[in-house]
Amino acid sequence: MTRTVSKTDAAPQGRSPWRDARVRFLRNRAAVGSVVVLALVALACVFGPMLLPSAFDSVDWNLMSNPPTRAGWHLFGTDDLGRDLLVRTLVGGRVSLLVGVLATLVSVCIGVVWGAVAGYAGGRVDSVLMRIVDMAYAVPYLLIAILVVTVFGRDILLVVGAIAAFSWLDMARVVRGQTLSIKSREYVEAARAIGVPTWRIIAQHVVPNLLGVVVIYTSILVPGVILTESVLSFLGLGVQEPMTSWGVLIHDGAAVMGASPWMILFPAGALSITLYCANFIGDGLRDALDPKER
Amino acid sequence: MWAYVLRRLLVTIPTVLAVVTLCYMLLHLTPGGPFDAEMKVSDAVLANLQAKYHLDQPLWKQYLYYLDSLLHGDLGASFRYADWSVNDLVARALPVSLVIGGTGLVIAVLAGIALGIVAALRQNTVVDYVVMLLANIGSVLPSFVLGPVLVLVFAITLPWLPSGGWDDFAPRYMVLPIALLTLINVAIIGRIMRGSLIEVMSSNFIRTARAKGLPMRVVVLRHALRPALLPVVSVIGPLAISSITSAIVTESWFSLPGLGKLIVNGASDRDYTLVLGLVVLVTVMAVLLNLIVDLAYAWLDPKIRY
Repeated sequence: MTRTVSKTDAAPQGRSPWRDARVRFLRNRAAVGSVVVLALVALACVFGPMLLPSAFDSVDWNLMSNPPTRAGWHLFGTDDLGRDLLVRTLVGGRVSLLVGVLATLVSVCIGVVWGAVAGYAGGRVDSVLMRIVDMAYAVPYLLIAILVVTVFGRDILLVVGAIAAFSWLDMARVVRGQTLSIKSREYVEAARAIGVPTWRIIAQHVVPNLLGVVVIYTSILVPGVILTESVLSFLGLGVQEPMTSWGVLIHDGAAVMGASPWMILFPAGALSITLYCANFIGDGLRDALDPKER
Repeated sequence: MWAYVLRRLLVTIPTVLAVVTLCYMLLHLTPGGPFDAEMKVSDAVLANLQAKYHLDQPLWKQYLYYLDSLLHGDLGASFRYADWSVNDLVARALPVSLVIGGTGLVIAVLAGIALGIVAALRQNTVVDYVVMLLANIGSVLPSFVLGPVLVLVFAITLPWLPSGGWDDFAPRYMVLPIALLTLINVAIIGRIMRGSLIEVMSSNFIRTARAKGLPMRVVVLRHALRPALLPVVSVIGPLAISSITSAIVTESWFSLPGLGKLIVNGASDRDYTLVLGLVVLVTVMAVLLNLIVDLAYAWLDPKIRY
């Protein structure tokens, strides 16, 4: 990450903007704490179900709607079919997080390419690409997701696709704007003036400056995508029983929250903690990577 | 101005057309047709039925027929609800959604503006923090968590209101759904209003107004409010569109017979025409709403003249 600097510079080594950003991020306690918590949640979701004694779909007729207890490791209690809620919450978390990560990746790829092409090419290409984005903005995307589910049945990958298909719009706009502004910066002009080839300008000046906003907007995308999946599941249009996700668990828990409040409390808590952490990390990244904003 | 309205209207047509085309083609990717029932009708009857509904025509002709009926305001017949056309279903559901969603949005905007003004004028005091904390409850809790919480508090713990259902616009059944939709949006409006008013209050013309001895009320209401409202107006359109999600959740959770409930039921029943019709309808409404908001923005901001 270090870069050679001119001889007149007093410092023996240059400080890369990324190192500055890392220092700034690590100084942000809420963001660092959120990274730790989110990592713990993710680890628990991935490995927890393997370590716990119950399976997420094993029904126990003797333990229907039991409150949380240490006996048998039913720390979150059991649901109305006697299934262990802790394991179900963790397995549901796998689905929610997986959808979040996959859909985000897809939409980041589309958004960056779309925005960068529009920004570089300019002219007619730019206006056509951006009109398409404008048009897609006006579409209520949840309805399209519902339509996809209606047509193809409930398939988790299709849900990912439907969510991703409408989540890349912000990214495309931001990347385009950033590309345009970088293209006209003095340092790019200077680089061009001293004869740096175009590919090196792109690699050394444009892409590193794009990465900042891409990282920021990616971190903003993740909670939104997880939320959309949960909404679909809550409406009964996500994954199907016995597979589960946080939205499904919240929906099931909401139906019986008067009698067994733990059934909504724990899944909703898991989702809220995840969303909170993701938001804090996003804020921390923005503060760290975009010094102008502070 | 009128040229701008016309140009904006002309842009909305390809948008709607693109959505309709995309959705229509999506529906026709599915295997099976509406008459592939378990009880087979004879081939002759089937052929007649298909001819009646143009199903024996090539896809592009069917599509043109669909566009034609759309232009005549006909969304087709429901696949699942016998004796009901999509139009009938929409006619019954639309008022419910409009009343709930419209009231929720209006209250959210007014309350958000008021809260934002209060918080901005008492910036960094206890009042500011309390107001913003309360307003933020709606934005940190997703609608499908906040809805159950509202029911738990106001319907189960305190048996004041029904936990769901609908009785021909009886206010008792509308309080909680409207409250939910309001809470979801009030924080966003409040935060934007607060930020923009703080910025406006530190500008030169406000200093002039205060320097010539105008009372604070006049400074805020006559001079600061209008420019401070601009960012609020510009988010109303996107906010209304994003509220469609929470409106669907709200109607589904409170069992309200509105468009959201209709589309969720349509999706689980795989009622193609119903879902397609609703998507088209809501898209058109969203696009028109955006247009209205943009025009309001142009009217409010003297810098923008088209």
